Amino acid sequence: MVSILPLSLNDVTVERDGKRLLGPVSLDIRADALTIVLGPNGAGKSTLLRLMHGLVKPTSGRVRFAAPRGEAYAHQAFVFQTPIMLRRTVLGNLCYPLTAHGISHAEAEKKALTWLKTLGLDGHETQRASQLSGGERQKLALARALIRKPELLFLDEPCANLDGAATQDIERLIGEARAGGTRILMATHDLGQARRLADDVLFLHHGEVLEHAPAKAFFEAPQTDEVKAFLNGDLVI
Amino acid sequence: MIRSLFALVTSLVTSLFLSGPLTADTLRMAVTTSFHNSGLSDILLPEIVKGTGLDVQLIIVGTGQAIRLGEAGDVDAILVHSRRAEDAFIAAGHGTHRREIMYNDFVIIGPESDPATIAENTRTAIEALQRIAGAQAPFASRGDDSGTHKMELSLWAAAGINKAQRTPGWYKEAGAGMGATLNTAAGLNAYVLADRASWLNFSNKGALKLLFAGDPALFNQYAFLPVNPAKHPHVNHEAAMQLEDWLTGPHTAELINSYRINGETLFTFNAE
Amino acid sequence: MLEIWLGIKSAFWLIVTLDADLIEIACRSLVVTLSAVAIAAAIALPLGAWLAIGRYRFRRLVIAVLNALMGLPPVVVGLVVYLMLSRSGPFGVMGLLFTPWAMIIAQVIILTPLIASIAHQSIRDLWAEYHDLLISLNTSRSQRIKTLLWDSRRALLTAALAGFGRGIGEVGAIMIVGGNIDHATRVMTTAIALETSKGDFALAIGLGFVLIAMAFAVNITIHMLSGTEVRDRW
Repeated sequence: MVSILPLSLNDVTVERDGKRLLGPVSLDIRADALTIVLGPNGAGKSTLLRLMHGLVKPTSGRVRFAAPRGEAYAHQAFVFQTPIMLRRTVLGNLCYPLTAHGISHAEAEKKALTWLKTLGLDGHETQRASQLSGGERQKLALARALIRKPELLFLDEPCANLDGAATQDIERLIGEARAGGTRILMATHDLGQARRLADDVLFLHHGEVLEHAPAKAFFEAPQTDEVKAFLNGDLVI
Repeated sequence: MIRSLFALVTSLVTSLFLSGPLTADTLRMAVTTSFHNSGLSDILLPEIVKGTGLDVQLIIVGTGQAIRLGEAGDVDAILVHSRRAEDAFIAAGHGTHRREIMYNDFVIIGPESDPATIAENTRTAIEALQRIAGAQAPFASRGDDSGTHKMELSLWAAAGINKAQRTPGWYKEAGAGMGATLNTAAGLNAYVLADRASWLNFSNKGALKLLFAGDPALFNQYAFLPVNPAKHPHVNHEAAMQLEDWLTGPHTAELINSYRINGETLFTFNAE
Repeated sequence: MLEIWLGIKSAFWLIVTLDADLIEIACRSLVVTLSAVAIAAAIALPLGAWLAIGRYRFRRLVIAVLNALMGLPPVVVGLVVYLMLSRSGPFGVMGLLFTPWAMIIAQVIILTPLIASIAHQSIRDLWAEYHDLLISLNTSRSQRIKTLLWDSRRALLTAALAGFGRGIGEVGAIMIVGGNIDHATRVMTTAIALETSKGDFALAIGLGFVLIAMAFAVNITIHMLSGTEVRDRW
């Protein structure tokens, strides 16, 4: 399989109603790592992930994958902060990405059932997805994103609304995906989570990349005042 | 029972979706509401099937619309009662000819209390209308360009009461068929001009009563006009001719002359 | 008041004696309106979905027109269809006037904007919910339409039933294009109009009760078959 990475952003900006939400940003995302996107609220973390995933169009500059667009979008997935559940059963939600891309129902169900075991959701197959708890829904959303083995996975604060136990489950699944070779970009504003998961950290402030460094360097030797303040737990405005 | 219901639905669906254009022994005829409301059509239709094998489909409309349907070629024949409109229809070549079938008469219906006192000492229909207008008593008009409506208008004209004098305060145009207009008259306790057959067959009489009849001016002739196949090649002219033969035959004369409601004769057969 | 009581009585007798004429016109009413609803839904549902997810010029205009068309006066539709199907009209050669087909055509025209408009509203709401996910899952446009139609099927069923309700009770258009011919195009509503014009209010209202009962029966049957309101709704 041809890799869709590296993903390169070249002087990209995103504006809406004349207001700049992001950029200019220039970045290369290479294979085999888990990058945490950190920053205060409104720094542009969501916009950056959505831009790379194609949900937001750049106002200027270029976003380019190593593979053609169609190929690239077929090999990536996104998990939203508030999980979007299809109005179907738990099993229906898991099967959807597979059947939508030409895999037979029988095969899709077999695969989905294996995943449900991994999630600890076996026995919930025929339950409406909307009836699951918040943590279960986010696990289901993550599994639905992973079921086609994406090369690149975006996670937009997936644990923002979850309790400790659910967060632990999600982090375990993320770790397994990471170990399986999925390239992950994850936005969070939870410093603890960043320390637990990050291979490298990208710090956004007012839509610009202030620092991009390996996790160890980022946490132990921050370069800018803003990051130092952020790591201190101070308000960064 | 369920099986017969099912069979009925099946046959209905197939008849709906598989029936092509009309078959040779189906004939569409536009007839006036007064003819249908009289109940005579319910007597004649089964007899027509027996006598000729024709399935006659009636479109029940006012004479004005019946003539329009004939002009457009949407029916094979019309049975109406408005001499002037019929003559114009033939003159324009829409119909092949006009054949008189039967007649009845128009009557003036009104409230039992008879505020315009037309029931007594009234010699002509014109005089009756003049009294109604004079008393400004409520009057319900068909107002739908039908044969009955045309008759009513010609009577008003003869009575010398023009449109402006017929003010909405007492003169109500229903814009509907005979039955609906009788309903309106019953509701308003108004006078109304109706054909005798529709009146006799009408169920919702309320406080209404037949108050005036018998003036020769109220003569009401029904005629049969086949649509011209030279103008509309698709019309079933053969069936129309077959029906005309039947309508003017002795058996039909018997049926029409013996049709009675409450002992009263409704129509008189007069085909030649 | 007496008439209503007599109407209830006549409705009762018509039903228990399985009056052949009543069954025939009731079935014809159902066949005509259900066919019209099926055809209208086949046009209206994809149209509603397409309008909900499309991003093109004139979209707002099309939606505004569609909403306005919901209020199409049936009698005008009937008149226009009559003029089209009349022997002197453009489609006269097909000989459809005064057949059940003409009634179905008129009803399809009346029902399509109604169903499309209701469908569009519910699909638009669902699309707002699904938008990011379906794009993220790299689905094609036709897959999105299919998914939206399937996942809002209950709301769409309601849209179709609204169409059925409007169609089964409609009289203005089918009277003109059907002609109310006995044993050919007479349906419940035109029969009621006819009996009213004869002043036979008891039979008219009796038929009216049967018509209302039919509408109820169809609604309840479809809701039971589809299992709405049985399990928890979304």
